[in-house]
Amino acid sequence: MSETIEQKVIQVIAQSQKVPVETVTRDTTFEEIGMTSLDALALIFDLEEEFNISIPNEEAMGLRTVREAVESVTKLLGEG
Amino acid sequence: MTARRVVVTGLGAITSLGHNVKEFRESIFAGRSGIRPLTCAETSKLRFTNGAEVVGFQPEDHFDAKLLDQLDRFTQFGLVAAEEAVRSSGLEITPEVKPRVGVVTGAAIGGKYFEEQAYSGLFANTRRPHPLTIPRGMSNAAASQIAMRLGFTGPVLNVSTACASANHAIAQAVMMLRLNVADVILAGGCEAPLLPGHLKMWEGLRVVSSDTCRPFSKDRKGMILGEGGAMLLLEDLDHAKSRGAMILGEVAGFGMSADAHHLTQPSAAGAAQAIDAALRDANIQPAQVGYVNAHGTGTLINDSTETEALRIVFREHADQLAVSSTKSMHGHTLGAAGAIEAVATVLALKEGVLPPTANFTEPDPACDLDVIPNEARRAQVEYAISNSFAFGGLNAVLVFKRWD
Repeated sequence: MSETIEQKVIQVIAQSQKVPVETVTRDTTFEEIGMTSLDALALIFDLEEEFNISIPNEEAMGLRTVREAVESVTKLLGEG
Repeated sequence: MTARRVVVTGLGAITSLGHNVKEFRESIFAGRSGIRPLTCAETSKLRFTNGAEVVGFQPEDHFDAKLLDQLDRFTQFGLVAAEEAVRSSGLEITPEVKPRVGVVTGAAIGGKYFEEQAYSGLFANTRRPHPLTIPRGMSNAAASQIAMRLGFTGPVLNVSTACASANHAIAQAVMMLRLNVADVILAGGCEAPLLPGHLKMWEGLRVVSSDTCRPFSKDRKGMILGEGGAMLLLEDLDHAKSRGAMILGEVAGFGMSADAHHLTQPSAAGAAQAIDAALRDANIQPAQVGYVNAHGTGTLINDSTETEALRIVFREHADQLAVSSTKSMHGHTLGAAGAIEAVATVLALKEGVLPPTANFTEPDPACDLDVIPNEARRAQVEYAISNSFAFGGLNAVLVFKRWD
């Protein structure tokens, strides 16, 4: 898992969800930072924009944690 | 069983005249217009430059960043007005009350703020639409956000009938209260149409004034678009009494009609039918009405047609009527118009002051009514009506009664 991708994902999450970046780690779950399904939609959009990728629906719907988001982005970037 | 009576126990308004009812009240009674050069959109390529814009409004002062992400500007106006109306009513939102409280909003165009951005980015191939564009912009977004924020779980809906939306919404609320579907309904409207695309589309209709809004004035040049929101807390009379609420006025009746005539051209017969139906519903005679808050858009055809309609219904009493268009001050806010004008009408009855038609310069023989030119007037009036006539020929008229 590339460290820079993880850092970038965490930054996008913090910015998108308007939470301090220090409160987000690779082990944070979306639930822990108060995210609803709408928030997840907005986050996925922001991740797609940031990394210029397209996250398929079935993959997007399964994301529940920062770690899963990082893995998904890494895979789609072909760096996995 | 006698029919349930519907009273007003709370008011809220955010308009170009201020962010609350107090500022709105001061302006309309002072005859001060909120029409100014538009700052929210580029006007150099438009044939008009003025609007009734809500200025100095900082949404961050009202909503946290995460909620704000969901809120179109029209929804923000609806929420601000709703919270003021509930606060001023003193209604306690308990678990017992919540299922008996509903919300009925009027919104003609709904949330276009993010939608315009989405289309422009999409068609220029520069940006994808934000994933929340649909739920942000849906016409019931304001009604739903109000219900969520205040916890009301009774009937909640939006009515969309162009410029008559809020009057139809209030009529709908009155019907539901009479039918005992709810005890309290927050009813009104909100609209935020001062957007680049939307302004350009209005320009195409050639009904927007190049200077200001001068209803009933001979040199009137058209309407002025405005934005804002207003909500009235409507309540079953017995419910209001049982909680010791302060009653501000009564919604004594409503009338609705369709011209079934033309998409944009008004018909005096259709408007007269709605006014007549409203008086019948309130069970009053034309001579009991002392004040008319006119639809009064300031277009050539609306104001003369509305004059004709009033003459059809009120006959010789038309010369005794005081008629004003407060759109001369808060602009035409489309789906919010009826709600803002309902607040003006309730205040007029309650305080015994009739707001003027501002920007008035010269009488027009085609609008030969007493239009309260430029200066408010002291007058104790028992009944007032408020007219809304929409594109598509849809008319809704409300009757308000002073509460003694």
